[in-house]
Amino acid sequence: MSKTYEFTPEGVADAVYDAIRHCATHPRADVLAGFEQALQDEDQPRGCTVLEQLLENARIGHEDGVPICQDTGTTWVRLEVGRQLSVPGNILDLVDDAVARAYADGKLRMSVLRDALLDRTNTTNNTPAFSEVALVPGNGVTLHVMLKGGGSDNASRVVMLAPGAGPEGVRKVVLDCVREKAANACPPLIVGVGVGGTFDRVAGMAKHALLRPVGSPAASPEAAAFEAELLEAVNGTGIGPGALGGSCTALAVHVETGPCHIAALPVAVNMGCSAMRYASIQIIPNTAKEA
Amino acid sequence: MGQSTANEPIRLTLPLSKEDLAPLRIGQEVRLTGPAYTSRDAGHMRMMEALEQTGQLPFGLEGQTIFYAGPTPAAAGRPLGSVGPTTASRMDFATPAVMDAGVAAVMGKGKRSQEVIDACKRNGSVYFACVGGIAALLAKCVTSSELVAWEDLGTEALRRIQLEDFPVFVAVDTQGGDLYRAIEAGQQV
Repeated sequence: MSKTYEFTPEGVADAVYDAIRHCATHPRADVLAGFEQALQDEDQPRGCTVLEQLLENARIGHEDGVPICQDTGTTWVRLEVGRQLSVPGNILDLVDDAVARAYADGKLRMSVLRDALLDRTNTTNNTPAFSEVALVPGNGVTLHVMLKGGGSDNASRVVMLAPGAGPEGVRKVVLDCVREKAANACPPLIVGVGVGGTFDRVAGMAKHALLRPVGSPAASPEAAAFEAELLEAVNGTGIGPGALGGSCTALAVHVETGPCHIAALPVAVNMGCSAMRYASIQIIPNTAKEA
Repeated sequence: MGQSTANEPIRLTLPLSKEDLAPLRIGQEVRLTGPAYTSRDAGHMRMMEALEQTGQLPFGLEGQTIFYAGPTPAAAGRPLGSVGPTTASRMDFATPAVMDAGVAAVMGKGKRSQEVIDACKRNGSVYFACVGGIAALLAKCVTSSELVAWEDLGTEALRRIQLEDFPVFVAVDTQGGDLYRAIEAGQQV
């Protein structure tokens, strides 16, 4: 996706449209590389069968232009804008229109209901998207678009631990979540973990953690070590590809940490499925020195 | 590098008889050919309403196989663009009653409740696990699709689809065996 987009409502909408069409039918290269590596390492027959099927599925999606998963998700959009820029107030106004067009043109599944409690009828065009603008350091603009499946989001959780629970408590939250829910979330997983913030923010951190490419280490050595330890424990469960047994339950565990209240140790786990579909598009490259 | 499942899969024709299902054991790989019905959350609520009102399953579902799936529209010359399993535990509220009323087998992904396992044992029914995340591949194993009812539910409508060599694994068998719990417990299956 090397096309350029303008930092306007039209440009953002174009980028959202293209990202949806591409992501629905193309697995990410980092995820595919993860499947290949897992197949090399897997010693359980059913695990190998599932990994071979995942690779074959990727080929069919690409060649036939059909969705790699029938759950083409809700559309999650995060526009990160450098603080040195000013943001037009209407910058996301055309996103829903782009979502409706992309889902119709791409023959994708309409999976959004009008109201969770009061009106569970389908909106029939997969809108609204779940969109946000975030101000970040620098002078660039990055658009993240994720198609998030229901099964993996349902397998996610937020837990407000007591600070005394410490790193061991965080580890237990992640492993309990994997043991209880991985089979519903379509492994091999990418496990997004947020630690810190507030009740509402920690879930966003866990989701944001999914955006890091598979195989790339966390910025801090301490976080990278914690991630490696978690990944080993997750893969030690034996749940495996398709949850049918094997050594690759997750391709990666990504942890984001941050400040929090003296009384708090918020933890969130956002499961990313084997069909992890997102694109990060630089609408304006960040050239600021301090960023 | 390990070897994929070496044993030749068991091939079965739908609709499945009790005799077809009785010898199946957890972990076995099966290929299904014949008609199945797609239904998920909203469809199961309607199925339960019909069952409560009339005492039987609607639309001749007795003896049939239900696939927990909401497909994408037709594409690439195929009746469904992509189709794959949704989380089966969301149908746990209905499955024991649906099996007691005569559904032979169900297909989905993930663990089931003890009530569903008991219902499989009581009725000689089976829960098949499908792999999630391979919906483009699975759609190539569906040769036709027709709307049966509840069109207003969109992707959740009741559809009759024809499967051809559709790959599944036995996840809960007629003896009450449970593949997911066996894997959790570290048993070799």
